[in-house]
Amino acid sequence: MKLLKDFGMFWYEFVIGDDWKIAVAVVLALAATFGLMETGAFSDHVVVILGTVLIVAFFSISLIIDVREHD
Amino acid sequence: MSAATWGVLIATFVACFVEAVEATTIVMAMGFTRSWRSAMTGVGVALVALAIVTAAFGYALTTWLPESALQLVIGGLLLIFGLQWLRKAILRSSGRKAIHDEDKIYREQAAAAKLAGTTSGTFDMFSFMVSLKGTFLEGMEVVFIVITFGLNAHNVPIAVLGASTAVVVVLIIAVIARKPLAMIPENLMKYGVGLLLASFGTFWALEGLGIFRAGRKSLEWAGADLSILWLLVAWFILTRVFIMALRRPERSVGDSPARPVEELAE
Repeated sequence: MKLLKDFGMFWYEFVIGDDWKIAVAVVLALAATFGLMETGAFSDHVVVILGTVLIVAFFSISLIIDVREHD
Repeated sequence: MSAATWGVLIATFVACFVEAVEATTIVMAMGFTRSWRSAMTGVGVALVALAIVTAAFGYALTTWLPESALQLVIGGLLLIFGLQWLRKAILRSSGRKAIHDEDKIYREQAAAAKLAGTTSGTFDMFSFMVSLKGTFLEGMEVVFIVITFGLNAHNVPIAVLGASTAVVVVLIIAVIARKPLAMIPENLMKYGVGLLLASFGTFWALEGLGIFRAGRKSLEWAGADLSILWLLVAWFILTRVFIMALRRPERSVGDSPARPVEELAE
């Protein structure tokens, strides 16, 4: 059991890392971009640009929350 | 070589370089304070384990995942890694997190090695285990970067070349210097790797969203691979803005003690 727990912890720390908010930000940004893609209102070229903006925005929010929590 | 190929070569070289420097510090601390033979055996076992992991992951990813799924999964993970590195770079550059210091890490490792006590036999289990763990953990990130960059760029040999060249260069410097490699501008290099991982990760993750539409065709960027350069510029500008906005003023003598920079989550 301990081996399984250690194995899980290793992968959590490896993938999620020091700040879980960044992983959440990436997932939310990609999910929102998927939503935009599914509307069919935008071409590929526009969807990827909007996706980039969303990733930047969500990362910025996670960083601001991180800094405020520790100020 | 195309811009993307150069990007893969540079990213794998620099990423592997900084991880190799960190692993070298740990192994040197064990070697100089306890046993070189046991420490190097630990490194050897870790390298074999990393080779097995590389082969298993590489085979599994190429065999079971369609291209757009590969781009989404790998791009998403690279993006998370890259943004974690950028977060640390921003916090370090703005004075909110301690600068990574190989000399300090070496002193801590060496002190722990001295406290660990002696072993009865010729083989020193402590330096073996610490060297094995240090090399394996630092190497895992490199393995992931090499596999993901190599597969997504359809050029695994270039990724392997970048990583292995970095290891050789670090080993040469370590043998010549015979001390922790604190002279390497590690923090700056980590910032650079963060920019590359975030840029390639953004590019591939968004391309990979095409897995969810009919035909599973990857999304297309205007300008194809050249878009990575614009992404690089965008991430660079964003991080510079954050570094300027979050910078803490230097404290003068007599000010109340500052909160330790390590307080921000590692």
